[in-house]
Amino acid sequence: MTVTAFAFYVFAISAIGAGILVVFSRNPVHSVLWLILAFISAAGLFVLMGAEFVAMLLLIVYIGAVAVLFLFVVMMLDVDFAELKASMAEYLPLGLLIGVVLLIELGLVFAHWNFAPEAAALRASPTPSPAEIANTQALGAVLYDQYVYLFEIAGLILLVAMVGAIVLTLRHRPDVKRQDVVAQMHRDPKAAVTLIDMKPGQEGRAHGFRGK
Amino acid sequence: MMEFFTNTNLGIFLWTLGQALIVIVAILVALAFLLYADRKIWAAVQLRRGPNVVGAFGLLQSFADFIKYIFKEIVIPAGADKAVFILAPMISLVMATIAWAVIPFNEGWVVADLNVGILYIFAVSGLEVYGVIMGGWASNSKYPFLGSLRSAAQMISYEVSIGFIIVGVLLSVGSLNLTEIVMAQKSDFGLLGWFWLPHLPMVVLFFVSALAETNRPPFDLPEAESELVAGYMVEYSSTPFLLFMIGEYLAIVLMTALMSILFFGGWLSPIPGLADGLHWMVLKMLVLFFLISMVKAIVPRYRYDQLMRIGWKVFLPLSLGWVVWVALAARYEWLWGLYVRWQTGA
Amino acid sequence: MMSADLFTTLPEILLVLMAMAALMWGAWGPGARIAPVLLRLLAWAMILVGLGLLALGGDGAQTAFSGMFVDDFYARVVKMLVLVAAGLVLLVGEAHLGKQNLLKFEFPILVVLAVTGMMLMISAGNLIGLYMGLELQSLSLYVIAAFNRNSVRSTEAGLKYFVLGALASGLLLYGASLVYGFTGTTDFAGITQALAEGARSLGLVVGLVLILIGLAFKISAVPFHMWTPDVYQGSPTPVTAFFATAPKFAAMALIARIAFDAFGGMKIDWAPVLGVLAVLSMFVGAFAAIGQKDIKRLMAYSSIAHMGFALLGLAAGTEVGVEAMLFYMAIYVAMNLGTFAFILSMEREGQHITEIAALSNFAALAPGRALALLILLFSMAGVPPFLGFFAKLEVLKAAWQAGLTGLVIAGVIASVIGAFYYLRIVYLMYFGPETEPMESRMSPTARVVLTLSAAAMLLGAVSTFGFEDLLAAAARSLVQ
Repeated sequence: MTVTAFAFYVFAISAIGAGILVVFSRNPVHSVLWLILAFISAAGLFVLMGAEFVAMLLLIVYIGAVAVLFLFVVMMLDVDFAELKASMAEYLPLGLLIGVVLLIELGLVFAHWNFAPEAAALRASPTPSPAEIANTQALGAVLYDQYVYLFEIAGLILLVAMVGAIVLTLRHRPDVKRQDVVAQMHRDPKAAVTLIDMKPGQEGRAHGFRGK
Repeated sequence: MMEFFTNTNLGIFLWTLGQALIVIVAILVALAFLLYADRKIWAAVQLRRGPNVVGAFGLLQSFADFIKYIFKEIVIPAGADKAVFILAPMISLVMATIAWAVIPFNEGWVVADLNVGILYIFAVSGLEVYGVIMGGWASNSKYPFLGSLRSAAQMISYEVSIGFIIVGVLLSVGSLNLTEIVMAQKSDFGLLGWFWLPHLPMVVLFFVSALAETNRPPFDLPEAESELVAGYMVEYSSTPFLLFMIGEYLAIVLMTALMSILFFGGWLSPIPGLADGLHWMVLKMLVLFFLISMVKAIVPRYRYDQLMRIGWKVFLPLSLGWVVWVALAARYEWLWGLYVRWQTGA
Repeated sequence: MMSADLFTTLPEILLVLMAMAALMWGAWGPGARIAPVLLRLLAWAMILVGLGLLALGGDGAQTAFSGMFVDDFYARVVKMLVLVAAGLVLLVGEAHLGKQNLLKFEFPILVVLAVTGMMLMISAGNLIGLYMGLELQSLSLYVIAAFNRNSVRSTEAGLKYFVLGALASGLLLYGASLVYGFTGTTDFAGITQALAEGARSLGLVVGLVLILIGLAFKISAVPFHMWTPDVYQGSPTPVTAFFATAPKFAAMALIARIAFDAFGGMKIDWAPVLGVLAVLSMFVGAFAAIGQKDIKRLMAYSSIAHMGFALLGLAAGTEVGVEAMLFYMAIYVAMNLGTFAFILSMEREGQHITEIAALSNFAALAPGRALALLILLFSMAGVPPFLGFFAKLEVLKAAWQAGLTGLVIAGVIASVIGAFYYLRIVYLMYFGPETEPMESRMSPTARVVLTLSAAAMLLGAVSTFGFEDLLAAAARSLVQ
């Protein structure tokens, strides 16, 4: 067994094992942690395929950001899992039925699947071997040259999503004081603070003194 | 003999393992003295003596602390999630350690010369946040949990601006490989050819973001002792605590290495004519570490909302705008091509 | 190559840049006060871009971004109509939005982005480009449907539209993936070529039908119309006016584009599908509108019925049919602009009302407006001297020429049934019992739009001033 094959099996087994444990973990936080392990294993598999850029993006985007949000939500939310489990039992027969039907259908499809004779060549052609071109460059050429039009529209769609989320949820509460940093920094201490000379033994009712 | 190490599987494995061990041991030993230096600098600013008992001038203080931590009993709170509780400091340490794999100390002196080296560092430092979150959550206690939430939000926020700053440098280089980033700064003008000059505002931003990303003062809010006791580390003691601490310091030193590679020419010599080499890299890291220590000593801690405001409302727009500027300057070769050092592609 | 591509997409780029500049201005500028200014600026910008597009675009055809964007005369004409309609809706709705406290600066920006999405749809030359344009448009529409976030109805409208719209997008994507699987390309030109080489297969037909279903959803053709009445009723009225005009035209134009540009070789497959959609829409629209008490719901069913007629033109599958569809849609949009300019002004004691019953005896109150509305309603019903009649006539003629006798007969019957509910409103206005008086405060812009659209319905019967030739040329450039 070569090192690559060994590494492949290590990553594959840990990905599948972690995936199973995501489902079967009793504690939702543990589920998310297993999910992260599954992501890391998947990133490892990408590296083995020579797609190191995608692997790093998977780490940065999914594990560095998305999974952190997952973890946040799961840690903060008070979800009653016992209740969820109870309703799961209710729908279990239906779910199983659909699962079995899908499985049979998939089986039928695979049994009758014919690959077109040119399919293998077609599948191999879009990706030149990693030795020829660094995959960062290859992705860049596809994303920013060939499909720049679609890339830009995708950016616009995200802009709309952002504007929409803000316009539908942001509420300026008038009863909350907001901090204006610029105004704070330009505050003149001479105007804000007055020093008063208190004679000992007098009542503290001097002009300008309104403290508690 | 050499063939065994370059051609057979076992040989390559052993060779890499050896390199990794050399780097790790060197860094950990250096770390012991850096910790001592940190405390000495801090003490000097506050007109104290600092550690001065163990060994000559207290030089062995860190080793004494190390032994003390190792031999103390590990206390695990009753309500804690044991596995995660133990795992958290390990993740913290491991992530901080493996990032060093791609750092080149001299030309060719690198354990793994990845094409996407800078992304690797970015990804691994993104994973460090899990040590903090898991530790805070597994302690099953209020202060650690609050500390870990803060820390997660803080680290993710500053990762965004760090990412954009790195993108700016990458646009100038045209490669994600750390060695190529350093080599792109090689010129006949010594230190004037390094990226700190064209990317000057981003050097400042990166320095500050690095402090926030590594939870260093003045951004050490996850462990702010005045409000959260010690944040996510409250329940940790002995070896697990040691692991957290080493992880944290490793991350800081990594940031100094990254800064010297990105902006200060790595192992390149500042004066034309002098030989390049490891000593320059080490010297640059030491100077940067001194700056970080000084910041800890002289800047008061930020308030949490101010920290987030700076991250999202100041650093993010600035670094994003800088990316646009660098992209234009590199594309149209403005300013005598100061921003274009492409070695690959066209 | 790149700069030529950018030049071809210049109108879209201009609009997007303006939207982003407006966004910056709104976010950093003086705040809520500038919303009306921004709205007017962007509305006029859209109208000017639309007119400029047609005036300066010439009559040639070019593609950009390796065929993903098609800029032909058809695209320019439809874009012009969409842009002008959207601009007018904004101008007409401004006063109403202000009164309802809904005039935030994001509103016109979202409308501009939606219109940009429509323009990308109209110019689509690739299945992925089509989908991206459609999503850009839809996402903006979902947001403005829920724009009145303090109203349960509006939020419900937005949510309903979003969920069902996402389902439609899913179907469309599924269809597109089947088409890609069976032809090996997402380019319209490539699909045409594959069809010419005999790639037609069952899978491709399924893919085509799924794409058509996804698009039928966007034009609310029966049986994919479930969302329309609720969304029309729940959304703020200016938004409803927008929904009823520009997006409908854009989606209809897109169906024509995909039918002729990509699947020209599968006419025998898509023509019957469109025919069935047409007949169902005409009848459901006509029957369901009868019992409505809310004028916005009524307009929803009315638009469903109108979409049926427009589809009838497409179902003919000829150049004349496309021309009839364009003509019908243009007139439909004009009629809706006028009608909604009026609906927006319906008030009682300062509150916006939409009950049909409130129109009772309105003619005594404001004879001029009642007359204008009468003309528009007669035109919608297809009563002879008005332009709406000629639009229906053209569509039916096109279908007749294509030999779709059954569809023509169904269309005539449906239009007779549909006439009932339009005439009921007219009856109510002139001979209805006296009720609580309704006020109708119209801004000058709304008054101008109402008058113009009513006048157009009247004068159009005499001459269309070369408008028909324009549409004929557009149809020719699509069908070739």
